[in-house]
Amino acid sequence: MYTQEMLDSIKNVEKTRSERLHATLRRMDADEKDKLLQEYHPDYRTTGFKDILVGPNKGQKAPSELTDLLQAHSRLTGKHVDLDVVDYDVDVLIIGGGGAGSSAAIEADKAGAKVLQVTKLRMGDANTMMAEGGIQGADKENDSPAIHYLDALGGGHFSNRPELLSRLVHDGPLAIKWLSDLGVMFDKKPDGTMITTHGGGTSRKRMHAAADYSGAEIMRVVRDEVQNRGITTIDFAPAIELILDEEGKASGAVLMNFDTGEYSVVKAKTVIIATGGAGRLHYQGFPTSNHYGATADGLVLGYRVGAELLYQDAIQYHPTGVAYPSQIFGALVTEKVRSLGAQLINRDGIAFMNPLETRDVAAASIIRECSTNKEGIPALDGGSAVWLDTPMIDELRGEGTIEKGIPGMLRMYAKFDIDLRKQPILVYPTLHYQNGGLLIHPDGETTNVKNLFVAGEAVGGIHGKNRLMGNSLLDIIVFGRIAGKSAAARAKETKTGKLTLAHVEKFEKSLADAGVETDKVSPLLLPTYTHGRAPRKS
Amino acid sequence: MQEMVEVFLLGKKYTVPEELTIMDAMEYAGYKLVRGCGCRSGFCGACAVVYRIKGTTEIKVCLSCQTKIEAGMCVGQIVSYPTNKRTFDIEEIKPTENIMGQLYPEIYSCIGCNACTKGCPQGINVMQYIAYAQRGEYERCAHESFDCVGCNICASRCPAQITHSAVGLLARRLTGKYIAPQCEHLEERVKEIEDGKWDPELEKLIAKPMEEIQDLYNHREIEK
Repeated sequence: MYTQEMLDSIKNVEKTRSERLHATLRRMDADEKDKLLQEYHPDYRTTGFKDILVGPNKGQKAPSELTDLLQAHSRLTGKHVDLDVVDYDVDVLIIGGGGAGSSAAIEADKAGAKVLQVTKLRMGDANTMMAEGGIQGADKENDSPAIHYLDALGGGHFSNRPELLSRLVHDGPLAIKWLSDLGVMFDKKPDGTMITTHGGGTSRKRMHAAADYSGAEIMRVVRDEVQNRGITTIDFAPAIELILDEEGKASGAVLMNFDTGEYSVVKAKTVIIATGGAGRLHYQGFPTSNHYGATADGLVLGYRVGAELLYQDAIQYHPTGVAYPSQIFGALVTEKVRSLGAQLINRDGIAFMNPLETRDVAAASIIRECSTNKEGIPALDGGSAVWLDTPMIDELRGEGTIEKGIPGMLRMYAKFDIDLRKQPILVYPTLHYQNGGLLIHPDGETTNVKNLFVAGEAVGGIHGKNRLMGNSLLDIIVFGRIAGKSAAARAKETKTGKLTLAHVEKFEKSLADAGVETDKVSPLLLPTYTHGRAPRKS
Repeated sequence: MQEMVEVFLLGKKYTVPEELTIMDAMEYAGYKLVRGCGCRSGFCGACAVVYRIKGTTEIKVCLSCQTKIEAGMCVGQIVSYPTNKRTFDIEEIKPTENIMGQLYPEIYSCIGCNACTKGCPQGINVMQYIAYAQRGEYERCAHESFDCVGCNICASRCPAQITHSAVGLLARRLTGKYIAPQCEHLEERVKEIEDGKWDPELEKLIAKPMEEIQDLYNHREIEK
């Protein structure tokens, strides 16, 4: 499957493997890391970003593709939706069918609220399903919430919101127990001890996993629980605009039936946005490890009703996306591969960095190796990549470790005739996570729109400007549950006034006032792919 | 120059580059997928398709994001398959009873044709895990079914009308909750957190000046 040039380079990797096997690779100091990020991380490039001209984050920057969507026309501009005809009248509306939305649904239902959960594609079609590596939680004897806090704060360049991060780490073990009690099959030793490993930037081994199906295992269990509870869910029903009441409280949403194009009106006492990330916007032309539906819809919906964003310009490029073969280009190679001991190696067989640096540092280091240092291996479409030396894992930890620990990876590559137990794999950074998002209080409510809650990847501030591996699966459970409880409690004391979409017109006017000219509409809902074919007229 | 192949997508003829996956070939042909597309990485089970190579008798099934297009492929989609998941209260059911037989009695109608296993894009021995379920060996059923992505191709092929993915999921939840060994350090830590034991340490850290916190971070001890 590999080209001759690649096979030749693999020989260099094999030559140095035995001496690298037990070597301790140096970690970069703080100054070195800063310099590397400044020069090579895509977030620090000046191109690829655009000023936001309207709304609460006016004057700040966002990736150009996101700015364009924040400042696009509503799908309802020029259309009339009769808000007096209410199709669904509920206590809590949850927009999003991933891990955060489902956790919220379970808790809101437990609290006695009438819940409606809607999702753009199917329940479980979400980045949660694709999170492979694991979930953090400080539940070991040598660990504590404070140690977890320090790791995540340093990883986030000390920009995390303390009130959000402290809630995340405090509730970590509670989230692990909640999942375990629902029947998630965590990897354990025969005596019940959790098998935990390092992730990039962790100082304790607190990464819990379910092989390399961690997110999938969590997602299918919480989805099953939503079904068991009889919670009403609607698939293929993206929210295309939030509805407010005359006091400005979030009070529902307009849904679009994705099969028929028809609209329906949901009236709700509280609304939770749990729509996930934005990888499918392909910032700066990067491939993505994200789900098909990751198009920042919730950010757009929230922004249009006045909710503020935080760190919308901080994007996580996962250092190890698939660089070859083309069929799985951009897909995720879980960080667990590095947790288990695989090193990053250049064309000459040299381990150019400690594989357990934080994600942003690792991504920048790989980009430097492939650009300035010219030590990459030519891969697809003129790009280059570095080796992830997977055969090291079984050599270090015994035969069978790969098969048991990363079966998903083994299977993904085997489909294309690459046995990663025998041969290393080619990787390059891929667009992976939206570090920023809508700003919330620790109870999950947005800071400036009443009764609007947010959970999961659509939230900004928990992880600062760079998230550590395993803190996202944790955050969707912790803040999903919090949002569900808070929204249900608030619903009990809420009296919803007359429904309105006046904010849509108001936003259109602010676009015109700011001189924004655009033919785009948002939320985007789905990307368009043609795989090299010129677009046709339609 | 790309090699092009002739294929039939939902009954229509198109010419597409041969290195594409079936999913990408549909998009190359001009489809904007709403149904039948999910994670695009083989984890979500949204994109099951059924196909035959034109002129041959054999019908095949696969995930369209994980399978290369081939010349002469006639592709149909399985965008929604009517499964029969039963609901249960995880707190009430117990693995000791014949809960599987009560909730999914159709597993005993398995005729051993093995069509489920042959169809599985994950290479899971599906018929084997149904056999484990029949015998009440839930832990083995859980591990055998663990890599299931829920595409329900197996269910679409089953003459006994079993919803295999739901059977596996029940076995896994029973295993995760009841059969796997309980985790003592987790229970202890949860109790400590609920008692507020770790709050002072966390509050003290948060209250420190940022410079001191940075220094702590840069010199923290890292577990080997």
